[in-house]
Amino acid sequence: MLKYLASRLLTFIPTFIGVTLISFSFIRALPGDPIVVMAGERGLSEERYAELVKQFGFDRPVYVQFWEYLTGVLQGDLGNSFVTKKPVWDEFFALFPATLELSICAMIFAVALGLPAGVIAAVNRGKFFDRALMSTALVGYSMPIFWWALLLIIVFSGNLGWTPVSGRIDLVYYFPNATGFMLIDSLVSGQKGAFASAVRHLILPTIVLGTIPLAVIARQTRSAMLEVLGEDYIRTARAKGMPPGRINGIHALRNALIPVVTVIGLSVGTLLAGAILTETIFSWPGIGKWMVDSIFRRDYPVVQGGLLLIAVMVMIVNLTVDVLYGVINPKIRKR
Amino acid sequence: MSLLRIRNLSVDFATASGPFRAVDSVDIDVDTGEILAIVGESGSGKSVSMLALMGLLPWTATITADEMMFDGHDLSKLGPAARRRIVGKDLAMIFQEPMSSLNPCFTVGWQIKEALRFHLGLDRAARHARAIELFEQVGIPAPEKRLSAFPHQMSGGMNQRVMIAMAISCRPKLLIADEPTTALDVTIQAQILDLLTGLRKETGMGLVLITHDMGVVAETAERVSVQYAGQKIEEQPVADLFATPHHPYTAALLDALPERATEKKLPTIPGVVPGQFDRPAGCLFSPRCKFADALCRATPPKPQGRDLGLARCHYPLNTDERAAS
Repeated sequence: MLKYLASRLLTFIPTFIGVTLISFSFIRALPGDPIVVMAGERGLSEERYAELVKQFGFDRPVYVQFWEYLTGVLQGDLGNSFVTKKPVWDEFFALFPATLELSICAMIFAVALGLPAGVIAAVNRGKFFDRALMSTALVGYSMPIFWWALLLIIVFSGNLGWTPVSGRIDLVYYFPNATGFMLIDSLVSGQKGAFASAVRHLILPTIVLGTIPLAVIARQTRSAMLEVLGEDYIRTARAKGMPPGRINGIHALRNALIPVVTVIGLSVGTLLAGAILTETIFSWPGIGKWMVDSIFRRDYPVVQGGLLLIAVMVMIVNLTVDVLYGVINPKIRKR
Repeated sequence: MSLLRIRNLSVDFATASGPFRAVDSVDIDVDTGEILAIVGESGSGKSVSMLALMGLLPWTATITADEMMFDGHDLSKLGPAARRRIVGKDLAMIFQEPMSSLNPCFTVGWQIKEALRFHLGLDRAARHARAIELFEQVGIPAPEKRLSAFPHQMSGGMNQRVMIAMAISCRPKLLIADEPTTALDVTIQAQILDLLTGLRKETGMGLVLITHDMGVVAETAERVSVQYAGQKIEEQPVADLFATPHHPYTAALLDALPERATEKKLPTIPGVVPGQFDRPAGCLFSPRCKFADALCRATPPKPQGRDLGLARCHYPLNTDERAAS
């Protein structure tokens, strides 16, 4: 197991360097000059411009710049933001808990509804529930996320007034930012209504962000279950006189989980990408919104660092998924 | 009173191209402690009739029977929950493919203890003790260690022993073995058959052995039922069947045994079992029968009397020998 982990960690190195190179070159390929953007409408003099170019090191060849950036990254230095002058690392970890909180809630939402829905659809194959669920899932999967978000805001925040439109918590509450997770912080603060407020702020973004993973998980669970339900060992379980709930929920589902865990792992990447849009719509102060703002400001270190850290997250999740395979199905552990 | 008494069992499958009758008005009786062999080619409906009894057929199957009495309960009239209290406890079944019949995600110990918990309500320690006892009974070495093994870590023969241990865990009154040795190599086959007959002697359970191997039938069975294209075409005690088969199909099957061959070239039965679209109007075996005439091709035969092995044939064989004896 340790050997396997080590070999998987080794494959991280080329991926890591690749991601660094891509993020480094793509942001530079975009038209626009960070110095001009920073100066704003007032503009700046030729001398001052030349001075800043030298200060940021843009006068040197690109490969030298990349080499310096890479050596910095490998030593744990992602550079400082052009705009705020604060280390990218600090900014990322100040904002990341918000994204993580939202992503975790969206994932829980997707798995908690998607798994049972897929199982029930598979067991009732071809019947009304199955067809209704699968068509709904297809709609959920193909719906543009921003449109879905606006629709929910109009109905639930605008017309019904049940949920807030944006942000993480009502402004009347204030407490120290201990963990960065609003649900935990509000609960620890002990202020009346703070936790409820945090939950109400989370509902719509969670639904919006979790919709696509929910649809994917439900469909994948259904097809994996259908395959497994035809297996000989399911017949054996029935021959043992086991009740259907136990056969579907334990004997079959555990075998069907392998492909489902795979899509859950892959969804994490989609989730972080989706978070950028969702956070922008709901003014959620997470890394998604931070990244979008930085791209508009041509804040090179932030975009590079943010992309890199997101890529590392996705890599870690995928490694976890690979390890989980062996836990779920011991037959895979042997190979 | 017989342990199992099935009357007029038919199974129809709804297929995309219309209904298909896989089992056609079959009667089956098994006495307590008896070994009945059901033989027939692939597609003769021998497995399907037993799966119907167990309630293991997919939803595309329609089962009709006048009677499916097992141990005083009519299984065709019981609801699913009441049926589950019998199936797996008093009525158990093992299958052809031991490797795929066990769940790859759970240890064999977990799978065997599950049945003990559900049907007998044993506590943890009792379940463990009983599982070890069962593994010893079916001849699995180092049972304590094997309980925590996964199916893929054991051989096919060992897995079939696990299946048998699981099937007999609640001391069933009837065990149905659906080609239990087909997927195993020859030396293991003999061991598994010995184990099954030995367990029958120890526990007094009835045994239904589904097979297409006449050699296995001759060695183990007491009574033999021959099925062809979903119908039971003959039934006799094993010695009588081998000595005086009454149905031409049985006779042809026996002639095809290498041990009985008298000529250099092994005799075969030409043609194949009729399928969904080429079912003959008369006797189902008539297209392949060397004795068939116009009557056979036009009118389906009724079973003969018990003295002629209930043979479904207009012209049963070996009638004079019977009369002479």
